[in-house]
This record gives sequence, structure tokens and C-alpha cells, in this order.
Amino acid sequence: MLSRRIIPCLDVRDGKTTKGVRFKGNIDIGDPVEMARFYYEEGADEIVFYDITASSDRRDIMIDVVSRVAGEIFIPFSVGGGIRTVEDMRSVLLAGAEKVSINSAAVRDPRLISEGAAAFGSQCIVLGMDVKRTSPSEKTPSGYEIVIDGGRTFTGIDALWWAGEGERLGAGEICLNSIDADGTRNGYELSLTRLVSEAVGIPVIASGGAGEIGHIYDVLTKSRADAALIASITHFGAHTIRDIKEYLNSRGVKVRMSW
Amino acid sequence: MIAIVDYKAGNLRSVERALKKLGLSCRITADTREIAAAERIVFPGVGAAGSAMRDLMELGIGRVIKEAFLSGKPILGICLGAQIVLDRSEENETVCLGLVRGEVKKFPDYNAGEVRLKIPHMGWNRIIIKRSHPVLEGIKEDEEMYFVHSYYPSPADRSSVIAETDYGFLFPSVIGCRSLIATQFHLEKSGNAGLRILKNFCEWDGRRAQ
Repeated sequence: MLSRRIIPCLDVRDGKTTKGVRFKGNIDIGDPVEMARFYYEEGADEIVFYDITASSDRRDIMIDVVSRVAGEIFIPFSVGGGIRTVEDMRSVLLAGAEKVSINSAAVRDPRLISEGAAAFGSQCIVLGMDVKRTSPSEKTPSGYEIVIDGGRTFTGIDALWWAGEGERLGAGEICLNSIDADGTRNGYELSLTRLVSEAVGIPVIASGGAGEIGHIYDVLTKSRADAALIASITHFGAHTIRDIKEYLNSRGVKVRMSW
Repeated sequence: MIAIVDYKAGNLRSVERALKKLGLSCRITADTREIAAAERIVFPGVGAAGSAMRDLMELGIGRVIKEAFLSGKPILGICLGAQIVLDRSEENETVCLGLVRGEVKKFPDYNAGEVRLKIPHMGWNRIIIKRSHPVLEGIKEDEEMYFVHSYYPSPADRSSVIAETDYGFLFPSVIGCRSLIATQFHLEKSGNAGLRILKNFCEWDGRRAQ
């Protein structure tokens, strides 16, 4: 059977790795190519790069990072952040990424999902969702709302509906990030993750909130996530991927143990 | 020289990068003469069987691969390249190359216990080796490979099944016949274990060990 995946997420700004806490106060912690190779050798199952560069020459910097990473690591990796067109997707995929993640641009123009899936196959298209808890209402019956632009813009779109719509349009995977949990290190948003994971037929990567190994266990078991995105729990050396996997394996979660 | 067959089926660069990492010289090519002259052929593929077969036949590559197979040249198929070597595929009801007897089937929609199996089968999974093969030498029992697919190869002859993988049922994940070996998983994305298989292939003379 499939192993649950452990996926380190590297935020990249101006070609450097950072880790944001609630999307504010980023600090540089390294070179993305070096960090990718480190995690590859440590047993990461996949790596996610999130480009948070604001400047207009962002594309070239990131494409350079992607092609250097592709020559060093031989596991899948995806790139998100600022991808707005099918051409943006093409350049990232040609540079060597396995998948692209689209978020705000897909909310603004959902055709981006179907056009990307038609051009490159669903397996290349990850729908990134930033979600905030809200009171259940007519527009947001699940009690979860989609927010975009790094958490700054509320859309009034119901998160559960959007997950299903993304799947229908051809997304191959969902990366589900809870804005409420992100950066808290208090654990993943378990009820949101379970809600979405059980509703869709495509894999769900849980994101936001991992602070202890037990949090990862919880989201993979109680919430049935297919994969867990991690960042600060390993970036600052509190745990290694091997620690995490040994713990999960000892508690009966199937993970890839040999690399 | 190793020819990486270019028939617009994507993801050729990652195979090229993996070969370069291993220090092996290779070339992405659609030139039938170059493919025919190569020492060995890597035949990757992402996408749908219908359009892949159409492109292969239009470019005249299908015929070159068949000839290489008949002459005993080592050929490695990857992902879609492990499917279109069979007789036919349920995907787009496609007639395929017919190097290996059998067909390509779609994963059934079903639940295993209370857990719903998602399609595509995407992620890391084990291979259970059924028959020893020089290309799988050094691959340990607990090593996992990276898969992304909705269809799987189903050879008619069990002796063509080299390894299987469990996704609710056992499906053939490595198939082989004479000088052809083909992996349903992406060995270029399967870490060191995948690179090892690629390296073994590049040292293989095209004969099955007994």
C-alpha cells in the first residue's frame, strides 16, 4: 500500500530559503538547493518550494533555483507561489519540477486548473488552498472559507465546495493549508483536514501547524491526510525526517523507511 | 550512447538529469537513425496512451523500437513507456507496440475496507520481486518507488512479470521480456533505489540471468 508522505516545505524569497510565521517576519535560513539536497538525503518523500518573491524579476530567479534543484535531487518536488498562467506552469515544469501548485490565481480564474490539467496532466496540478475558520453561513456552510493573497483577502467561497470543484476541474492533489494553524506549532487543523480528505477522491496534503511529531501522527491517522507538510519542526533541527518516520512507523503508520 | 526517445511525451529532462548524475552519456532524440544506432534505448513517457502511440507511429519511432527489440538491444520503458509495449491499452482503446503479450487496464474504482483507494495511484509504494533480474540487482525488500498512474500493465504471460506492487490487489509494476525491461514507477524520481535500477540497466547486456 502507499506510504504516507512527509514533505518539507521551503519558502523561497529572492532565491533564498525562509520560514514565515503567520506569513510575517521571515528570516533567512539557507540556500534552497542545499536545503533540498539535505532533505533528499535525509529521506524526504517530496519537497515543496513556495516562492514568495515580490519583485518583478522573480520568475527568472525561481526558474534558476528549480533547474539547479532538479540536477541534485531525484524525488518529486513542486513549486508554488505566483503561478498565474499556463505558460508560468510550463516554464516551472520544463525547469524540472514534477508539479506546480496554484492558489489565488485558481480562485480568480478556475479555468487555470482545467487548462493546466489538459496541458500537462492532472498529476502535475496541485490546488493550494488557504483556509480560515468562520461561522457557518449560507455561503460557507462548512464553516471554512477560502482566503487568498497570502491570507489577506477573504473570498466568501466555501472551502469544502472549492475542494470538490478543484477536483472536478482536474486538480490531481490538494495542499490544504490552515491559516489559523499555520506557524502556531500547536498542531494541524484536524477537523478541516478530515472534512476535505474524506470528501475528495484525490490526495490531500495537510499543511500548517506542525510543532511536534504527535501532530503529524494525528493528521495522518485521525484526519486521514495522505501527506503532511512540515517546515519549522525540521528546519531548525528540533527533529529529523528519520525521527519523524521512525516514530510514525513504530505507531503503525506506513512510511518509506529506506532511502 | 544511450538514446532517450523523444515523442513529445514529457519528462524527458528528468531522465536525462538522472543519467548525467550517474556520469552516463545520453541524448534526447526523435531521430530514427540515431535511435537505431544507440547502444541502448530509454523509453519514458507521461500522458495518454492514445496520443503517445499516434506520435510514435507518425515519427516512425514505433518501428525502430520493434526492430531494436528483435535485435536484442537493451530497452528500458518508464511509466507510460511500460504500458505501450503491450498489445493494447484500455486508455483511449489504443493499439500498442505489442512487444509483450497482454494489455493495459484501468485501476478499478473500489473501497478496500473502510478506506477509499484513490486514483491515480500516486506516491511511494513497495515492489515485490517475483523473478530475479539483473536490472533489479541490489534492490532491497523494503525499498519503495514513486508511482503516478491510473492504468497498469497486465502481461498475458506470468513469466513477463518481474515485480508486483500492492494497491488493494497486486499489479505488475516491473515487466520484462527478452531485452526489454519496463517499470511502471518513475525510477528517475525514486531516489537512490531508482538511480540504482537505472545504473543496472546501463550495465546490462540485455540477457536475463538464470
